[in-house]
Amino acid sequence: MNIPAGLKYTREHEWVKVDGKTVTVGITDYAQGELGDIVFVELPKPGAELKVGGAFGTIEAVKAVSDIFSPVTGKVLEANTALEDDPMVINRDPYGEGWMIKAEMANDSELNNLLSPEDYKNLIG
Amino acid sequence: MSYIPNTDDDRHRMLEKIGADKIDDLFCAIPENLRLKNPLNLPKSLSEMELMREIEGIAARNRGNLTIFAGGGTYDHFIPTAVEVISSRPEFVTAYTPYQAEVSQGTLQVIYEFQSHICRLTGMDVANASMYDGASAAAEAAMLSAAKTGRSKILISDTVSPLFRNVIRTYLSGQKIEIVELSQHEGTTDFDLLKKRIDGDTAGIILAQPNFFGMIEDVERGGEIAHASGAHLILAIDPIAAAVLKSPAECGADIVIGEGQPLGIPLNFGGSLLGFFAVKKELIRLLPGRLAARTDDDKGNTGFVLTLQTREQHIRREKATSNICTNQALSATMATIYLSLMGKQGLKRVALLSMDKAHRAADMIFANNKYRPYFKGAFIREFVVKTPVPARELIDRAIRQNSVLPGINLGRFYHDMDDALLVAFTEKRTDDEINALARVLNEI
Repeated sequence: MNIPAGLKYTREHEWVKVDGKTVTVGITDYAQGELGDIVFVELPKPGAELKVGGAFGTIEAVKAVSDIFSPVTGKVLEANTALEDDPMVINRDPYGEGWMIKAEMANDSELNNLLSPEDYKNLIG
Repeated sequence: MSYIPNTDDDRHRMLEKIGADKIDDLFCAIPENLRLKNPLNLPKSLSEMELMREIEGIAARNRGNLTIFAGGGTYDHFIPTAVEVISSRPEFVTAYTPYQAEVSQGTLQVIYEFQSHICRLTGMDVANASMYDGASAAAEAAMLSAAKTGRSKILISDTVSPLFRNVIRTYLSGQKIEIVELSQHEGTTDFDLLKKRIDGDTAGIILAQPNFFGMIEDVERGGEIAHASGAHLILAIDPIAAAVLKSPAECGADIVIGEGQPLGIPLNFGGSLLGFFAVKKELIRLLPGRLAARTDDDKGNTGFVLTLQTREQHIRREKATSNICTNQALSATMATIYLSLMGKQGLKRVALLSMDKAHRAADMIFANNKYRPYFKGAFIREFVVKTPVPARELIDRAIRQNSVLPGINLGRFYHDMDDALLVAFTEKRTDDEINALARVLNEI
């Protein structure tokens, strides 16, 4: 199970990479493995408002659909449009090419509520 | 004989097992005053022979064998015998839901063929496995449009079938969608009014081609107006007329729905019917209902499956566009057989014959000044006659005196149209029948 150090995690299996005021968000290796082959991803448009804990998109596998939840409050800067044509990138490279959105944070303190790699590892047991 | 399989002894043993004294104890949760105390007020049972006599007696009181000139969405077309013979094979007459692809290949292939036919007929990219009827398909189309655009207003021309509009209103009550109905202008959509009423909150507009009065609408103009506001054009079509008209896709339709009854399904006094539903590819993930697809298994064999099921409520729950995940499989099978037998040319021939007869009849009916066309403009197989007496009265007399059902009284659906008779034609109507209709009208 790949849980890179240097990232933060949510209980809903998103990862967060922090770079100043900007965060990059995707789903974890564990999440993609649980979902299986991903066939479709629906992502927000740049400029869309994000609320911490609110759904910002959906991810669809062959027999399941799940929401993707925002780890922070803020605004979408960019969505990974390459996923529209090839959503399986998420299965192949969840922490790299499979990123979903980049967003501008409104409130850094929300990062304190996220999980460390160790916490996340314990969560998924 | 009693058809209840368990005996007194069986019942007694079952009650004993669960520790109850009598059947009534099982209903103790229902308050005393709500329970049925006496047996149902029914006549005593009959033998099969007596029952047949009784029912046949009731049926004999129907005025059968009317010559039908009524349409309004369902039509008296010829149905080749093969449609009934093939569709009544037990393999097709099944209530089994084809979710297990490995035991449903036949059913799935029929659905796939049906979808392919509907796509060819409409020019659209994808069609679902069918819906209850044209009216519920129209309501589902409105919901899809609202879901896709994130907007909450639907504009409907009142030249769209009033039956569709009733169902849309019922179906969408409780959804946060505003329905605005636009009054027609001289029998077709009032595009100036449409332009005035459309706004940034309009998800889609619903038009019909031909419309409920049988007239040709300038639906391309409707499409331009809709698209200029970022709204969808939802088009309700007559599948027979579609064989001779410019395809909905070419007219800019985003969603095409309609009543499939004219495609080989008997009138059955108004049901059961068959809705069809087709969309452009970009709407596929919000398409309601079942969707069959062709694929290959791991050995490279072609097979059929239900696909994109994540659209459906059993997976997506409250996020699904629709709570329908069924279809009218038997009716869709009949339509598939009908369309396969007719082919492109056959269907066109049915449309042209219906059209030709309608226009010839119009010439005859309007030859003297007793009857006038209610609207000016091009029509296909159905038109509105302005009647000198209330249309209801005229229909009544024609049925009683001549066994002719001359059409539909539009006063039922439109206030101030009590003198409007909607008359429809199919390839089945003979010259003699059309002459008789003209004669009947003239005698009234």
